[in-house]
Amino acid sequence: MNFTPIIWKEIMLIRKKPWRFLASSLVMPLLYLVTFGWGLGRGMNVGGGTYLEFVLPGILALSAMNNSFGPVSTSLNISKLYTKTIEEVLVSPVSHWDIALGRTLSGLGRGLFSALMLVLVALATGVHLHYSFLFFAVLALTAFCFGAMGVAAAMLAHSHEDMANFNSFFIIPMSFLAGTFFSPDRLPQPFHGMIMVYPLTHASIVLRSLAAGHGLVMGSVLILAAYAAIFFYIAGRMVKRTA
Amino acid sequence: MINITNLTRYFGTLAAVNAVSFSVGKGEVFGLLGPNGAGKTTTIRMLTTLLRPSAGTALVAGHDVIADPLEVRRAIGVVPQMLNLDIDLTCSENLEYHGRLHKMEPADRDGRIEELLRFVGLWEKKDTPVEHLSGGMRRRLLIARGLMHRPQVVFMDEPTVGLDPQARRLIWGLLESLKRKGITILLTTHYIEEADALCDRVAIMQTGRIIALDRPSVLKAGVGKYSIECLGRHDIPRRFFPTREEAIDASRDVCEDIVVRESTLEDVFINLTGERIEL
Repeated sequence: MNFTPIIWKEIMLIRKKPWRFLASSLVMPLLYLVTFGWGLGRGMNVGGGTYLEFVLPGILALSAMNNSFGPVSTSLNISKLYTKTIEEVLVSPVSHWDIALGRTLSGLGRGLFSALMLVLVALATGVHLHYSFLFFAVLALTAFCFGAMGVAAAMLAHSHEDMANFNSFFIIPMSFLAGTFFSPDRLPQPFHGMIMVYPLTHASIVLRSLAAGHGLVMGSVLILAAYAAIFFYIAGRMVKRTA
Repeated sequence: MINITNLTRYFGTLAAVNAVSFSVGKGEVFGLLGPNGAGKTTTIRMLTTLLRPSAGTALVAGHDVIADPLEVRRAIGVVPQMLNLDIDLTCSENLEYHGRLHKMEPADRDGRIEELLRFVGLWEKKDTPVEHLSGGMRRRLLIARGLMHRPQVVFMDEPTVGLDPQARRLIWGLLESLKRKGITILLTTHYIEEADALCDRVAIMQTGRIIALDRPSVLKAGVGKYSIECLGRHDIPRRFFPTREEAIDASRDVCEDIVVRESTLEDVFINLTGERIEL
């Protein structure tokens, strides 16, 4: 196992521009929180709680997704197609699995960090959820899943346009439809069935259940874990194909 | 150190490299010379495991590039044509990252960083982000990076492309000192003087094939040691002669403004193909 140099480089790059990293991690989730939580959702109640308590777990899942998928896929795509910096790793004795793991874990770190920052903001503003070890473990699983998806997508994309299309047709619809801002149960079939295909839907379902003090929704955890494994497998295979 | 047999790579139906065979011995500096599109970079990408051959075999430092790519990667250093350094990292951080990829021990890594940055004349810039370096400095840093883990074979793809003459001379100086240290180098170039000055042997490539392979002096002697060329006239074919005197005698009948000079590898290329090496 030799994935640590990839993490080391990520940390070095973040240390160079910490404020940019912090700002880019927080801008989108804060916007969602302000718009849907404090703005649109003020005074609304969902399932006996406030809308803010309802929407926050979804926004945390969304934040973990955006901050793992986005930076990983963008930097890898640029590195593969433009700067060619990935070739330094591809001609080093680091295996394709280690390359995929290093990149995925850097996505996990970024996703988890942004979610944690958002938790701190929410706590500071008086929004209290049931935070537990399991809650953060599921957030980590979510970030890992989308980090791996980011590696796979970047390695599959043949151009920056391919990457933009993946964002437009998959990531953005998932952001809005996958139970972040509303309960999937409110949708009629076949829409309900369609959004249950999204991994983010299952992340939101599990986090929402844990945040409300209920237990794990095992079905959704297993689906999320299966997606993480599949995306990671594809990521590793795609790195190998590139090398 | 390098043994390739009938190495071939297709892109669709186009054979970018077509049944190429050669060997490179330990401590040898071997050049692949040819115009753009000749197949030099494709050959180097196959030998550095970045591209899978369509056919043929390639052994680098005794390891098969298809069956044992990780062992090949352990044994090689690569100086790519593209300046693929991390521009946000400093010179020493770029080398440290490379040392970490190759699992170098921290003490060894630190010592090697200083040794190599001094070797390429960038020690004073060790804490400077790469984005603030000139093209020539970046190229020297790439060479340092390619040598960082003490590879047995170094591949250099157009190591001086895009550099001004002064920066090119600096790089040549570095390559000459590597040659004196006995490091095995395979380099691609389309600069005639580079191949002539640095390489023990040169393979001239055209459209995916090797059309000549030997020591530069032997290749040049093969066409005639001296050449006459009419200044400003490209419609008169170059002619080659074994001695300067014969060249001068022959030049009197050709045109007024004439140059008698020693033959170059480009003359060899022109003699073989009827074309100049188009850049």
